[in-house]
Amino acid sequence: MRALARKRWRELWQMRSQALAIALIIASGVATYIISLSTLDSLKLTQSNYYQTYRFAEVFVSLKRAPLSLLERVRDVEGVREAEARVRAQINVEVPGFEDPVTGLLVSLPEDRPPLLNQLHRVRGRMPTPDSPWEVVINEAFAQAQDLAPGDTIVGIINGRREDLAIVGVALSPEFVYQIRPGDIFPDYERYAIMWMGYRGLSVAYDMDGAFNHLVLTLQPEARAEPVIERLDALLEPYGGQGAYTREDQLSHRYITQEITSLEAMASLFPVIFLAFAAFLINFVTNRLIRAERDQIGVLKAFGYDNLTVGWHYVSVILVIVLAGAAVGIGFGAWAARALTGVYIEFFRFPRLDYVLAPDVLVTGILVTLGAGIAGTLQAFRSAVGLSPAEAMRPDTPLVYRQSLVERLFGHRLLDQPSRMILRHIGRAPLKSGLTVLGVALSTGLVMSGNFQEDAIDYMMWSHFNLAAREDITVTFNELAGNEAQYELAALPGVMQAEGMRSVPVRMRYGNRSYRSVIQGYEPDAKLHRLVDTGLQPVPPPPQGLLLTRYLGEEILGVQPGDRIAVEVLTGRRPLLELPVAGFVEEYIGVSGYMELAALNRLMRDGHVLTGGFLAIDPADQARVFDELMRRPGVAAIAQRTQSIDSFYESFAETVLVFTFVNTLLAATIAFGAVYNSARIALAERSRELASLRVLGFTRAEIAYILIGELMLLVIIGVGIGFLVGRGICALFAHAISSDIYRVPLVLEPSTYAFGAAVVLGSGLISSAVIKRRLDNLDLVAVLKTTE
Amino acid sequence: MSAEHRQYRNGRDDAPRDTADNGCSQAIFVARGLTKVYHVGEVEVHALRGVDVDLYPGEFMVLLGASGSGKSTLLNILGGLDTPTEGTVRFDDVDLTGASESELTGYRRHSVGFVFQFYNLIPSLTARENVAIVTEIARNPMTPEEALEMVNLGPRMDHFPAQLSGGEQQRVAIARAIAKRPEVLLCDEPTGALDSKTGVHVLEALARVNEEYGTATAVITHNASIADMADRVLFMSDGQISGERRNETRRPPSEISW
Repeated sequence: MRALARKRWRELWQMRSQALAIALIIASGVATYIISLSTLDSLKLTQSNYYQTYRFAEVFVSLKRAPLSLLERVRDVEGVREAEARVRAQINVEVPGFEDPVTGLLVSLPEDRPPLLNQLHRVRGRMPTPDSPWEVVINEAFAQAQDLAPGDTIVGIINGRREDLAIVGVALSPEFVYQIRPGDIFPDYERYAIMWMGYRGLSVAYDMDGAFNHLVLTLQPEARAEPVIERLDALLEPYGGQGAYTREDQLSHRYITQEITSLEAMASLFPVIFLAFAAFLINFVTNRLIRAERDQIGVLKAFGYDNLTVGWHYVSVILVIVLAGAAVGIGFGAWAARALTGVYIEFFRFPRLDYVLAPDVLVTGILVTLGAGIAGTLQAFRSAVGLSPAEAMRPDTPLVYRQSLVERLFGHRLLDQPSRMILRHIGRAPLKSGLTVLGVALSTGLVMSGNFQEDAIDYMMWSHFNLAAREDITVTFNELAGNEAQYELAALPGVMQAEGMRSVPVRMRYGNRSYRSVIQGYEPDAKLHRLVDTGLQPVPPPPQGLLLTRYLGEEILGVQPGDRIAVEVLTGRRPLLELPVAGFVEEYIGVSGYMELAALNRLMRDGHVLTGGFLAIDPADQARVFDELMRRPGVAAIAQRTQSIDSFYESFAETVLVFTFVNTLLAATIAFGAVYNSARIALAERSRELASLRVLGFTRAEIAYILIGELMLLVIIGVGIGFLVGRGICALFAHAISSDIYRVPLVLEPSTYAFGAAVVLGSGLISSAVIKRRLDNLDLVAVLKTTE
Repeated sequence: MSAEHRQYRNGRDDAPRDTADNGCSQAIFVARGLTKVYHVGEVEVHALRGVDVDLYPGEFMVLLGASGSGKSTLLNILGGLDTPTEGTVRFDDVDLTGASESELTGYRRHSVGFVFQFYNLIPSLTARENVAIVTEIARNPMTPEEALEMVNLGPRMDHFPAQLSGGEQQRVAIARAIAKRPEVLLCDEPTGALDSKTGVHVLEALARVNEEYGTATAVITHNASIADMADRVLFMSDGQISGERRNETRRPPSEISW
């Protein structure tokens, strides 16, 4: 079969630009598939290895104060395997040369041994020594953001006293993979520090000597968490226990899980769409390529080649293209996935990267594209060999043309002859035209879906910070504060407005569903921090009942307005309440319940108290306001709106947008491949007809109009439908990644539509230019001499 | 025809050329009652309406008819490229009309050589490779070089079809058709796309193959002057055989022109 083999390679070379376009489609499809799935696998593997190696706890609980002797009883609780008691304290920190307020969380370390649970991964320096009380290890993210290293000193406001804290080491912990200051929405590494110091120093400073206020534990292999939590809560109640919770409600773990879930949604949705689309295109393109080879199939058969040999010949041509594309896709995909995993691992600060590319991911990616290519080839081939060789060598019988719909509707005068040819040609093969349109539409949709996330995130941020959370500063108190705290805040120089708020940790239950969240009490006439309904109109917190974030109500708890839910308060006297759901509010970030402040206080029976406040300040006085707040020991944390927005875009958005960028790039590649191939095939199918017209005296521009006009007409129709397809894909996507941490609104900016259209129309124009050049060089005589 | 040439013919050396005319030798092809109906778009075309035809070993036969008389259809059916709507074709005691796909493939592979009006060369292969594509699957072929020498194309063997003139391309097609040493050569308007002078070269190649190898040859054409080089001429019109003529002497192609 040497001559056949030569035929294969030469023809591959002749159709190299088309083959390249097909291979690119395949490469893009396979790459997306591999990037998504292997990044996801790697991230999960890295996370689980990290948790295992550093013994991440499974149950967590904060309490007011319990003696260390209680630890024995905790260890005896049925289902508990290991337990470790710690002291944790929220403090304000001053970093030399940095003006903004910085908050820190101090966590105690055992003096004489490494921690049993939540062990540290030391990046630099050493651990604190028992004899020097003010030595701390700081977390790496903070060290990097503030450019701090072992040997540097920072100031901690510890129980009202300024203490110099000597940094001796930099570390990572599975407990703080995601470091979010309580009350914040996004991490802010510059202004939130996790610090570890020896138990003795910390416990003495906070009057916790021989006691603890935080407990972490692991479970026996077969133990279920709920009964353990129940027993634990009962045991810790007298000591001010605030309700034990599992990893699921642990802030850091929840955020990573959420992040991974979002990635999973992308990883299951995008590659499936990409791969399916790539498969569709290959099928479509190979089908038409092989159809164009009809006469050669006839010749080969006329000389006694059997169907199997001829079939394999064509399948092998497609195979080469598909495998080359898949190889490039795998190479690029694996490289990009590694890089992307690196970005995520950097983002989460896992101590090391465990990259994995599962063989089944590889095999599936290859098989799907290969299958599609071969199916397309065989389908076309079957129809070619089904004919007798004599018929295969004859040109296609003239197809039955009809007047197009436009002509029938508007009469003949409206259109010139070439325009009529375009419409009749489209109408003659509606399926073929339809497939081209479908391909273009899917391409447009894919490109749009890449851009969509950016729009959605922008809108999410805009609506949250401009309509709802309009305060400049959020202050969180250490303990319940009286009403006077609000007046004190309002009276600070530079503060223009102050609103009090109360936040109460609760567990909400409805039927067998439960969710750990908070109820926030706001002032009814709040101007700074407001609730917003679907129509973006502010709604006051209700004096009766509870407003829930729609997602919390509908998706998590499954309640409707009017239903009554059980609310287990996790602080203070821990009352069990039953509250009616007054309605839903639309929020894209976070979920919680809302009440009027006074109503919440009445329920809690604590008098008029606050846990924090919202401030509007004069920007000129910002530094002074911070200074004043920092000096007050009652202030646990200060968050700034602008910094929240900035830090979000710096960290969180970056990782999402890297992914998005890669997707957009690949979508654009696919779009180009689709349009270019349609154009080239149309050229091959019609060059004879167009050459005949040239012979009849048509100009180059006129025949180009017939072909390119048709192509662009189909592209434009496709783009129009593509807008709908894009919206559909985005809706699917938004739904898939919705969670309690954030919901992606289905917001598509005109620029996204424009971008999708631009990429596809651009592909159309480039393809048209290629076709135009080929048409200009059409060898009239040669074309007319050929068999057809 | 020399004895040594005859032995190339796949063992079929029992049919000397001079028996072609006498009718008592067994025919290679026996076709009876062939009809063929095509559906072209919405139109029904009766290409053949009951054709009987025989072809004898070593015979050079010309089927003469106007365009649309059904001669190409007849040739395609004889060659196993197409199947009749009704009627039978026997080749060497094998019923082609009842043959399976793989039997037909084997028949085309080993027994028949085709020459088409538009050459149907594979554009991506050189002249030599276009012949090789056939010799590679044949049972007892010549080398591609031999076949191309036979049609006087030795020097242009490594040219691609696009680099050859029409006449040269058609001679490559003939080389390709004879390289397998077929028992029968079927030619569909072999000079139809050529001018007289080039056409004569092609006809000479055909006559030489018929002379030297004794390959039974059927040529269809609408060109009446070609008929003079045949042993026997069948006239076709409107899907039927309308007449038959035997030439007492065959004119050499060099004396033919149109």
